[in-house]
Amino acid sequence: MSEHVHPIANILAAIARGISGVQVQWAGCEPSERQRIYFANHTSHLDFVVLWSALPADIRARTRPIAAKDYWEETHLRRYLAENVFKAVLVERGAPAKAKSHDDAKLVSRHLVEDMATALGTRDSLILFPEGTRGTGEKLGEFRSGLYYLALHRPDVELVPAYLENMNRILPKGEFLPVPMLSLLTFGKPIHVESGEEKHGFLERAREAVASLRRIGPT
Amino acid sequence: MFQAIHDPKLLWLFGGVLFLLVLSNIIGDILKERHRNDPSRPTIDNLNARIRAWWKMCAIFGVSLLIGPVGTLVLFGIISFLALREYMTLVPTRRGDHRTLFWSFFVIMPLQYYLVGIEWYGFFAIMIPVLAFIFVPTSIAIYGDTEHFLERAAKIQFGLMVCAYCLSHAPALLLLKIPGFEGHDARLLLYLVIVDQMSDVLQYVWGKLLGKHKIAWRVSPNKTWEGFAGGAASATALGTALWWATPFTPLQSAGMSFTICILGFAGGLVMSAIKRDIGIKDFGVVIEGHGGILDRIDSLCFAAPIFFHLVRYYFVP
Repeated sequence: MSEHVHPIANILAAIARGISGVQVQWAGCEPSERQRIYFANHTSHLDFVVLWSALPADIRARTRPIAAKDYWEETHLRRYLAENVFKAVLVERGAPAKAKSHDDAKLVSRHLVEDMATALGTRDSLILFPEGTRGTGEKLGEFRSGLYYLALHRPDVELVPAYLENMNRILPKGEFLPVPMLSLLTFGKPIHVESGEEKHGFLERAREAVASLRRIGPT
Repeated sequence: MFQAIHDPKLLWLFGGVLFLLVLSNIIGDILKERHRNDPSRPTIDNLNARIRAWWKMCAIFGVSLLIGPVGTLVLFGIISFLALREYMTLVPTRRGDHRTLFWSFFVIMPLQYYLVGIEWYGFFAIMIPVLAFIFVPTSIAIYGDTEHFLERAAKIQFGLMVCAYCLSHAPALLLLKIPGFEGHDARLLLYLVIVDQMSDVLQYVWGKLLGKHKIAWRVSPNKTWEGFAGGAASATALGTALWWATPFTPLQSAGMSFTICILGFAGGLVMSAIKRDIGIKDFGVVIEGHGGILDRIDSLCFAAPIFFHLVRYYFVP
């Protein structure tokens, strides 16, 4: 991927930062050029842009979001934003679950993981919302398995948990006008898949890593 | 624009503020040198951080006053916006309040300042207490979430009243037409801000020096009778001494200053009670050493509207 950032991406990032008044805290690690997968809770359309804009400019140019194909290809505007502006890696949500047989499911998930691994390449980083959809902000949803398979496939990549606070109050699901409250973004300590670790155990641990960064209780 | 520069009395007021800042800087430096390894060091660091913030705030306020009414209006509009933002972030709201909050931030509050700008006093005075008062609960009800309904409506109404309505009375001083005082309204605003903020500072200083008997220990452990009396007395003395910059006689100026001190105290106390209720110490971390914007202007929010109406009642025919 080129280092070139679409000008609209920078404009949207500045707007998102202004609206969300976000304070960024690197609590568990420092910004780094090494390849990473940032995974965070998901409650708002602002989540990705705010997280992306919190990264230093040179790292930002090499960090792409993973987004749901069905949603982001629905309209021309969404498709343009996803493909051209943010250079998103579009994946089919829940494709393995829809597969006809167990073997099919395995095949589909392998393709998915390979797509994401290709997107990572040798220098890029990814932003992933493992809940798969935007929640209400009250409770962190179950994590989908993509994070686990991707981590197995690329053990050299650091998995950095992050928690976005208050985004659900600034721009909740179903609203298109934001309320400019203040928000907080906390990056936690990177995790890895332990040798022999099962999918379920790892996903629970990853979910806990994100949840533990929360500062304010449910409102 | 920049008419204020031709008002010598206004420049004297600015000079006085500048003198106080330099003086406090020197005192801060001396204290820092003397108490290098003292246990009181954090207090002194906090004091110096406050002084640094004062320099910045005075610079911004000074420039906006010099630009003229528009600059002042924009500055107070921004302060209102930031204060409301801090308030709404910390006060629990629900999903069903979203659109009401959007209106509060982007329509009601800017409209309030626009009304000051076009000098439409009649509308300015009733817009939030009457129109927004009705609009807020209605729009929440339309959304349909009735849980904690009264509480939620009241919280938004209170935020708009304090952060937008009350505070907008400070720049509204510029639209008062006082006979024989035309074109000097900026002095009146500066007078209000100086007395109000010095009352805050002096209450803090007197409280640190002599404070013993707490006024409302459950609400704010730092507020003592000694601090309040000393602060109010010395800030009233300061305000009285500034009578030459206002349309008041020295005695009237003493009365006005004393009123500002009492109301400033009330504002600080009420906002402390709200913070206690929510379970936080400061409203935000925007200004170094000062907590949040709202912590800085809480006293002004209560003093501004009463001062405005006192001046309007007694001095505007």
